Amino acid sequence: MTPLGIYVHVPFCASRCGYCDFNTYTAQELGPGVDRAGFHEHLIAEIDLAAGALGPREVSTVFIGGGTPTLLGADPLVGILDAIRRHFPLAPDAEITTEANPDSVDREMLDTLRAGGVTRISFGMQSAAPHVLAVLERTHTPGMAREVAGWARESGFEHINIDLIYGTPGETDDDLRASLDEVLAADVDHVSAYALIVEDGTALGRRVARGEVPAPDDDVCADRYVIIDDTLPAAGMPWYEISNWARPGAECRHNLGYWRNADWWGIGPGAHSHRSGERWWNVKHPTRYAASVAQGVSPRDDGETLTREQRATEELMLGVRTREGVLLADARHDAEALVRDGLLDPHAFAEGRAVLTRRGRLLTNQVVRALTRD
Amino acid sequence: MAAPQPGATDPSVIRNFCIIAHIDHGKSTLADRMLQATGVVDERSMRAQYLDRMDIERERGITIKSQAVRLPYRADDGVSYVLNLIDTPGHVDFTYEVSRSLAACEGAVLLVDAAQGIEAQTLANLYLALENDLTIIPVLNKIDLPAAQPEKYAAELAHIIGCSPADILKVSAKTGEGVHALLEEIVHLIPPPVGNADAPARALIFDSVYDTYRGVVTYVRVVDGRIASRERITMMSTGAVHELLEVGVISPEPKPADGLGVGEVGYLITGVKDVRQSRVGDTVTAAQRGATDALGGYQDPKPMVFSGLYPIDGSDYPELRDALDRLKLNDAALVYEPETSLALGFGFRCGFLGLLHMEIVRERLEREHNLDLISTAPNVIYRVMRDDGQELVVTNPSEFPNQKVAKIFEPIVKATIILPSEFVGTVMELCQQRRGTLLGMDYLSEERVELRYTLPLAEIVFDFFDQLKSRTRGYASLDYELTGEQDADLVKVDILLHGDPVDAFSAIVHREKAMAYGTMMTAKLKELIPRQQFEVPIQAAIGSRVITRETIRAMRKDVLAKCYGGDITRKRKLLEKQKEGKKRMKMVGKVEVPQEAFIAALSTTEVKK
Repeated sequence: MTPLGIYVHVPFCASRCGYCDFNTYTAQELGPGVDRAGFHEHLIAEIDLAAGALGPREVSTVFIGGGTPTLLGADPLVGILDAIRRHFPLAPDAEITTEANPDSVDREMLDTLRAGGVTRISFGMQSAAPHVLAVLERTHTPGMAREVAGWARESGFEHINIDLIYGTPGETDDDLRASLDEVLAADVDHVSAYALIVEDGTALGRRVARGEVPAPDDDVCADRYVIIDDTLPAAGMPWYEISNWARPGAECRHNLGYWRNADWWGIGPGAHSHRSGERWWNVKHPTRYAASVAQGVSPRDDGETLTREQRATEELMLGVRTREGVLLADARHDAEALVRDGLLDPHAFAEGRAVLTRRGRLLTNQVVRALTRD
Repeated sequence: MAAPQPGATDPSVIRNFCIIAHIDHGKSTLADRMLQATGVVDERSMRAQYLDRMDIERERGITIKSQAVRLPYRADDGVSYVLNLIDTPGHVDFTYEVSRSLAACEGAVLLVDAAQGIEAQTLANLYLALENDLTIIPVLNKIDLPAAQPEKYAAELAHIIGCSPADILKVSAKTGEGVHALLEEIVHLIPPPVGNADAPARALIFDSVYDTYRGVVTYVRVVDGRIASRERITMMSTGAVHELLEVGVISPEPKPADGLGVGEVGYLITGVKDVRQSRVGDTVTAAQRGATDALGGYQDPKPMVFSGLYPIDGSDYPELRDALDRLKLNDAALVYEPETSLALGFGFRCGFLGLLHMEIVRERLEREHNLDLISTAPNVIYRVMRDDGQELVVTNPSEFPNQKVAKIFEPIVKATIILPSEFVGTVMELCQQRRGTLLGMDYLSEERVELRYTLPLAEIVFDFFDQLKSRTRGYASLDYELTGEQDADLVKVDILLHGDPVDAFSAIVHREKAMAYGTMMTAKLKELIPRQQFEVPIQAAIGSRVITRETIRAMRKDVLAKCYGGDITRKRKLLEKQKEGKKRMKMVGKVEVPQEAFIAALSTTEVKK
């Protein structure tokens, strides 16, 4: 049986960052009918429902994301973990992650989470440059990330991640280098770095549309990616997925489950699930979600059953993002051209696998299109 | 006194006339009022612009094909007259058709918008009417408008046609005011037709329309003799003989009759299926004891502007062919032959009378036949004298010889532009840029000027009208007629993508404009073609000499950095969409070019980013 991951979505934030289009709500945005305090009870109710549908199955990873999970408070988060443990056998080496904003945790909270079973924590630092944080409308201040990473280490977390965003309008190469210095000084064992994507419907998207800030430039993002991919491996963290670098052994097993097309169950408003080629997702708004689980009804909104072809496309699209790459079955001819163009690694190709070169990682869409040609 | 019947109408009570007017000056509305005033259409069945049949005509407010309607009219003198209103097409491309419609009349109502004054097209048709010795009845329309300036434009009109401002009728086709007076003027001023009733039949074809149910309906004006139903007739230009299945008049619906006599206007149906067999300007006579001399003025329609038409979806090619075949039945001027383009696939090289004709054909293909089309930049017809003395007619840049040529001739036109005097400077500058030669300039009034230029047709074909409109805030009007050809220093500019020429973008231009064309096209394409994995040079070249170059830098990043549980479905759909988009890409050598880029590059407007 493939490993099962559980994702728990906490749809709350203290304030909304300008670039974010995630399913998350500030107190003002939330509206009547549902409350942040006590919301974990709804999540636990859905876990109870899911357990009925899934039956006993070993859970190898849990990931609590958001939003800002730590806004719920440490005890409710531990309560959620307890609910999972009540229904499912947790693997002895289970990886249990929670996301956190640097300004939403303190030492006591970290101690409580660690004691409650959380093994891995992920901080959204994004940048060390104040003007970049301002464009992103992040509320924390530079330096906080290093401090909270230190606390987390002292609390005994096994793995600590820092998230970075690069290519923000106004960011310079040196700003990014300074952010990387800060990450290295924080001495974490995992870094995720994402090129900023300006989504429609976000405050930043509107500012770009109005011409107030320039859109991120693809060439600049490519340059920044090269800086990151030069710096982190030199500090002992090679890439293991397009946007993820880690010390060997510190890779995020939950996220690897996504890229390896494993099974996972999503808990919470708007959470997505996947089980053997079946995808479905929950209703997005917390009020509707809460009303549904309160009545013991699945909050499922819609879903899709993947065709064989779609599954193959997804396996390639996801798997090729990882360092291990994918097995080349019948796409050898197309892959050969990609090797010639410097997009696929020749050694891996010789062994029958498609593994991206750095150039290939930046042009993954082309690689996937070429390998799924019909 | 009963209304005279078709085939038995004394020429002395017939008045054949047309209305000369600019688009939007109210011709169709005036025609509507006349239909009502003479009682041939009752209030209940009246619809706006009754005589404009095609959807395009009604929407654009212009008449593409003319019509003739017979209006019985009891005048104030107690006599029952027959007024034949012959509608004329209203655009520069159809000058020949207009001239034939005018030839079928004895008089013309010159209809001018009292808020705008006379326009170039109207002036040109007025001159055409004067050449045909027509009696002109000048009329100012839309006097009900608050912006109307009837005194001012009456003075202008009087100046142009040499009458007194007091002679100019003032009407409102919208309210009906003055329409009765106009009908009385038509009866009293326009002479009745004169012909020999005993001579062999001769009738002028002034329009020919294909009807799905009835075949070709031919509109004629009888000059001499009589056309009787169930006779056999001869088309004098070809000698072709046809059985006459039906003769009749339009009033305003078709009414069969026994025949048509001297001066009468009506229709013939012979069962032919192609308007080419019943050509505008031709003379119809009886098959037996027919006339020996045709009425003068017949010309074969001659296409002057050429463009490639391609289906956006290549699999629509057979539909495009069928649609053109069907359109041809109703359009004697349309010519086409299959053509293959590297960039655009299979299509047709089409010849048109002019730009509007081209636009109308394209629009009818798209609308009535549900096709999505791309057209290449229009070009005119060139005569090329090669060094070896051979002569070549070029209607497509691809036929342009690569080796040196002795001389190239291009068609030229005499253009008339009427515009407010404040814009004279900028319009003269435009004409100068377009290689124009000033022929003359007249003040129609203090504020309005008539400019006359000789211009190469090729320069008019290329967005001249848009430029003219934008430089004069829409106030200028243009008319032109072909006057011959001139030799010119012309070259073919090719556009190369990564070293491969893109046939659809080749153009024949004046040597001095080659650089401008090359710069414009390469800059446009740079914006329109997405970045590829490799650097793509875009060049403009004359022969093997590159004159300008742009570069599309290689694409370095296309990946979405973030891909987790939530957005897998979204990401797969994005990928599927991209792959779908790829299928619509055309390969030019190694370069993938989206279909939209061809369309946008071939449009004359600026690229919007």
